Amino acid sequence: MIPTEWFLVLSAILFAIGVCGVLTRRNGITIFMSIELMINAVNLTFVAYARLFGDLHGVMFVFFIMAIAAAEAAVGLAIFISLFHHRASIDVDEANLMHW
Amino acid sequence: MLNTLWLIPIVPFAGFLLNGFFGKRAGKSFVTAVALAGSLGAALLGTWAVIEYNAHYHHGERHLNVVYNWFTSGNIGADIAFQLDPLSIIMLMVVTWVGFLIHLYSVGYMSHEEGYWRYFAYLNLFMAMMLILILGSSYLFMFVGWEGVGLCSYLLIGFYYDKDFAAAAGKKAFIVNRIGDFGFLVAMFLMFAYLGSVDFMKVQQAAMAGGVDSAIITAICLLLFLGATGKSAQIPLYVWLPDAMAGPTPVSALIHAATMVTAGVYMVARSNVLYRLSPIAMMVVALIGAATALFAATIGLRQNDIKKVLAYSTVSQLGFMFMGVGVGAFAAGVFHLVTHAFFKACLFLGSGSVIHAMSGEQDIRRMGGLWKKIPITAWTFLIATIAIAGFPPFAGFFSKDEILASAWSTHFFPGVGKLVYVLGTIAAFFTAFYMFRLFYLTFFGKFRGTHEQEHHVHESPATMTVPLIILAFLSIVGGFIGLPHVIGHNWLAEWMHPLIPDVEGHGPLHIAGVVEWTVMIVSALVALAGFLLARSLYRGRELAADESFERRSPAVARTLENKYYVDEFYGAAVVRPLAASSRFLWKVIDAIIDGIAAMLGFIVRGFGDLLRFFQTGNVRNYALMFFLGVVVFLFLLV
Repeated sequence: MIPTEWFLVLSAILFAIGVCGVLTRRNGITIFMSIELMINAVNLTFVAYARLFGDLHGVMFVFFIMAIAAAEAAVGLAIFISLFHHRASIDVDEANLMHW
Repeated sequence: MLNTLWLIPIVPFAGFLLNGFFGKRAGKSFVTAVALAGSLGAALLGTWAVIEYNAHYHHGERHLNVVYNWFTSGNIGADIAFQLDPLSIIMLMVVTWVGFLIHLYSVGYMSHEEGYWRYFAYLNLFMAMMLILILGSSYLFMFVGWEGVGLCSYLLIGFYYDKDFAAAAGKKAFIVNRIGDFGFLVAMFLMFAYLGSVDFMKVQQAAMAGGVDSAIITAICLLLFLGATGKSAQIPLYVWLPDAMAGPTPVSALIHAATMVTAGVYMVARSNVLYRLSPIAMMVVALIGAATALFAATIGLRQNDIKKVLAYSTVSQLGFMFMGVGVGAFAAGVFHLVTHAFFKACLFLGSGSVIHAMSGEQDIRRMGGLWKKIPITAWTFLIATIAIAGFPPFAGFFSKDEILASAWSTHFFPGVGKLVYVLGTIAAFFTAFYMFRLFYLTFFGKFRGTHEQEHHVHESPATMTVPLIILAFLSIVGGFIGLPHVIGHNWLAEWMHPLIPDVEGHGPLHIAGVVEWTVMIVSALVALAGFLLARSLYRGRELAADESFERRSPAVARTLENKYYVDEFYGAAVVRPLAASSRFLWKVIDAIIDGIAAMLGFIVRGFGDLLRFFQTGNVRNYALMFFLGVVVFLFLLV
């Protein structure tokens, strides 16, 4: 059986990639994808522990998170479409109206 | 009608609303019609109610018409309720009918004025408020009318609001009255606390039942009287009334002579049971009344503005009324109120007619010789002058005489009563003198105005002269409602009798026949002396008489002319310290408070400026800070 630590390491690597993506990318869609990556890293942690402890709660949580992530993706995409309508660009650095 | 008494004030109030909202656009004839309908409607409904009252009640009982419960809280409460009883009826008849006559007069007098609609809207509002004052069945509801007439007085004094002195006079009247209202309010609080109610009848019963500390009763009486000194222009709060002449002349006649200013007398007469339980308070009322009567009469001797003379005369006559109610002759005080309403309204309206004829001139030094030119005004003015001077058998003679005789024979404080009588008689002498001085300077001698004024002198139109004639007629016969016992039947005293129940075994005052005759003869002689002196001085010599007096005793002349410097004294003692302390609070204390508030704002703003640096508007920066925050947080947690 694959040791649990491996899953956790993989999850940490995925999360770190996601963070890097969010911090470095300017394209809104890419940032969005990076966030999804982070969410799924967390999901992976959940199922890894669920397997370790033989507890189905963790698996259940993952289903909920996936459902909510889908909803959130819909809202996020709607925001970007709207942004694109206004600015003909989804570069987040250009969306800085709240700047002081 | 008896159970819809509320209709009486509602009618003029509707007139106020109509004229107030639509009068400006609807035009003059609409305004005139509505205003006259409002006042005449109140007068007719009032008369109808009085007729019904007479058919139902034969012993002066109170008719109560409760409209609804105003508020109830624990043991205390008050109703919106109207009442009709002998005293209310007298006031109702005087206020509505004299009020209607003055409305009629105003149609002519104000016809050339800007703001015609505004004037009549206020005048109708005044009628409504005055009717609430006299028909209300509790001190609290009366107070509603009391304040309402005060408001109308303010609005109408300041009617020519583009003139500084008129606006200032309005403010003065309002503020001085506030001081009196403070007394009225505290008196009502005491009634709630110690007598359990503010309803006239309940207060009276609770006070008569005993068990209330006499000091409390005295306090209530004195505080109520403080309210009366404000509204009815007595020492020390009389200063607003002479200034109130800045308003249009019919307003001076209606509000500042015939009706509103007598509200204090009405209130004291209404509270006669309380007052008779507290002889000290009565003595204060009588002495203040006598002092005011004399004091104002002496000022009247040297005034040159026709309306100012009448204003001081009003203050003086109000003093007579308070003398009457103060010595326990409540019916006599109310009697003088009624006759005064007739002759003083006539005098004011007459002076308005003179001013009208003189193209706005008010200074009697520039009048003279008007007798032939405006005969109706002159004759009615003469009749009213005779009435106020106290010649038998004109109205003023009988009422003033009853007051003086009552003062002489009062059993509450016999010694002080004699003093009050003497003061009153001297005041009566001065009254006759200054009124005939006014009369001679205005109507006799040669014309002293400009050429254009002389050319323009004309008798007033019928809407002005008809009220004058009616009021002059009433000034002749008005006294017959209260003849002295030795001559005839004192109908008014009998009518008022049910309202003056025996308190501690005392009913209304009794005046001996000898006293009555003596006082009458003395009063008539005093009036004659005042008239003859004025005649010898001002008939022919005109202004020279005043000038020679000025030369002989300049100090006295100047003091009287400057009204004993009372305004200056109040200015120095009250107004200026108050203004100075206000300025101190504004400039110093306010600066400190504002400084603290401003400092707080400054600190918050400083922090805001600091934090603004993090608000880059760049999403990725936010995300970075967020991650750093999470890292720090987790680090601290683990």
